[in-house]
Amino acid sequence: MQITSPSFKQNARHALDDVQLQKALGNVRAGFIDKRQKAVDALPEFDALRDSARDIKNHTLENLDLYLEAYEQKVTASGGQVHWAETAADARSIVLDLCRTRGARTVTKGKSMITEEIALNDFLDASGIVPVETDLGEYIIQLRGEHPSHIIAPAVHVNQDQVEADFRRVHTHLPVDRDLTEPETLLDEARKVLRAKYFEADIGITGANFLVAETGSSIIVTNEGNGDLTQILPRIHVVIASIEKIVPTLNDAAQILRVLARSATGQDMSVYTTLSTGPRRPGDPDGPDEYHVILLDNGRSAMLGTEFQEMLRCIRCGACMNHCPVYHSIGGHAYGWVYPGPMGAVLTPALIGVEKGGHLPNASTFCGRCESVCPMKIPLPKMMRHWREKEFERGLNPATQRWGLGIWAFFARRPQLYALATSIVIPVLGALGKEKGRFSSLPFAGGWTKHRELPAPETRTFRQQWAQREALKQGGTA
Amino acid sequence: MTTPRAAILGKIRGALSGADDSARRAAVEARLSKAPKGVIPARGQLDDVSRIDLFCAMAEKVTCSVARVRSHDHVPKAVSDYLRARNLPHAIRVGDDKRLKTLPWDQIKTLEIRRGASDGLDEAGLSHALAGVAETGTLVLASGKDNPTTINFLPEHHIVVVDAKDIAGDLETVMAKVRRKFGKGEMPRTLNLITGPSRSGDIEQKIILGAHGPRAVHLIVVG
Repeated sequence: MQITSPSFKQNARHALDDVQLQKALGNVRAGFIDKRQKAVDALPEFDALRDSARDIKNHTLENLDLYLEAYEQKVTASGGQVHWAETAADARSIVLDLCRTRGARTVTKGKSMITEEIALNDFLDASGIVPVETDLGEYIIQLRGEHPSHIIAPAVHVNQDQVEADFRRVHTHLPVDRDLTEPETLLDEARKVLRAKYFEADIGITGANFLVAETGSSIIVTNEGNGDLTQILPRIHVVIASIEKIVPTLNDAAQILRVLARSATGQDMSVYTTLSTGPRRPGDPDGPDEYHVILLDNGRSAMLGTEFQEMLRCIRCGACMNHCPVYHSIGGHAYGWVYPGPMGAVLTPALIGVEKGGHLPNASTFCGRCESVCPMKIPLPKMMRHWREKEFERGLNPATQRWGLGIWAFFARRPQLYALATSIVIPVLGALGKEKGRFSSLPFAGGWTKHRELPAPETRTFRQQWAQREALKQGGTA
Repeated sequence: MTTPRAAILGKIRGALSGADDSARRAAVEARLSKAPKGVIPARGQLDDVSRIDLFCAMAEKVTCSVARVRSHDHVPKAVSDYLRARNLPHAIRVGDDKRLKTLPWDQIKTLEIRRGASDGLDEAGLSHALAGVAETGTLVLASGKDNPTTINFLPEHHIVVVDAKDIAGDLETVMAKVRRKFGKGEMPRTLNLITGPSRSGDIEQKIILGAHGPRAVHLIVVG
């Protein structure tokens, strides 16, 4: 997909002016936060489970090579085949090769962010193979020619009336006067249309939430059941997963599952947690004849051993974006690539380069909510700061910003000069703003004051006030 | 020429350089063979009676319906009652599971029993669960000719028989059972953990039941 992260600022401006989007974003603010909180409150062990989940992933990442080897061995032993892909292009050509050698024309897909990352749909389309998204949200945005704006609710930016319009535009074989005014009727229509597709498809492609080294299983976690129909009805099941999806054992998966659904949708468990191991066994009446796993690196191994290694713990629950004031304001598309919100602000520069993704870690107020809700306790703000530092080191941010930061640094390194300068500026500002108590415009700060007012400072600096307080304390105890 | 496999593993090892390889190998082997349990929530750690009650309550919370019967012999009637109460065709799709096959189906005269995998035309399917998880009201089903996976997803109504003695407090206990039944490190093709009927929240975050899988899941708890 086209990367628009470099024009993040324009994207954000358009998003703020988009009436439909702003209406839809209300659903994010209203829905996810309360549901998660209720589910968390109902489980006293939740925080202990977060620690457990974090430790499992840390251990796995420190032994990733060994667990990948163990996993591969189990997949092969159960009759499946593992394909290794260093880059997105490698993964795409493995898929195409499987399609070509098996004469596949139609591919059904379960919801998968990794296939968004490798832009698989466009590639298959261009190669004459029809990809059919089967998750309702993914299906809707495929009809609209869009990309997911949220990692677990891909069509969260779309309103119901827009879905109705899209279904009427595309499902032209159905009666024009049918009732599509309720979400139920829309879902029903998608269910019927897609039911036929599962049976027609030659290959079913899913992602994976986990890969289990103990058994060689891939796990998908879903609510609709489309991922299951995608993998049990076609002849061939292809799993595409990035290398950090590994967990050592079934018990480790059970630990992380407890924090995944609660953090994502506020469910104790998602409706379907499905463990798939190899192709159908002799005597099985259903299931695929072939089972393939494509293990994709695409930049992950380069994050190991760096200050961004902890990002590889991410289980893609979406809690960080659900709680992010920036995401709430602009939605997911403004981030300009596959992964939005705080996790995207950290991951995107790592995968597409800080030159293209550098705006994203700057799009944060550092309020810290993302880290406080992250089930894997990933220090997202800290890592965004690392990216800001890298951006500065490489001279990627604009001259005015660097100049401003330079002035700040000059004073910050000279405390006495800082005290002198502030003792001159603060009383002036305090006196100027005394009447209103705030400024609605200030020179050099027009961008800031355009959307909000700056409170006028006290007439004395913080340090002056502090010194006075300390002196009073001393006097009081003497 | 370097294979992609060698290249990826090489990059990982390069990033982890400095680590003691023999110690790492020992730690990995130990974890894979022992599969240590982590934090087990207290919620499901109950006596037999309370555990089964919790399982039923949690299943109802995720909008399953639940019927409880004393023995497997009562299952055919419970199935028939469910179909009649919902005005469904008096037919059921079912696999080869002995616990279901040997039941007194002939007592229910008009009930049509369809054997084997579902073809997508069945209104209702019947499965026997391998286990239940009280902590979350989750059903655990293993693929195979006894309980074909298509029955779990294609019919609009999925009726699942669970033996009360197979209801565990937590998922880890069920995983231990899976290891005993299939062998350590071995799995059936598909192991489904099912917690309620299929649903979607993709249209304006409103939860609607019956997305692509069953609209209704009915449990018959035996014992």
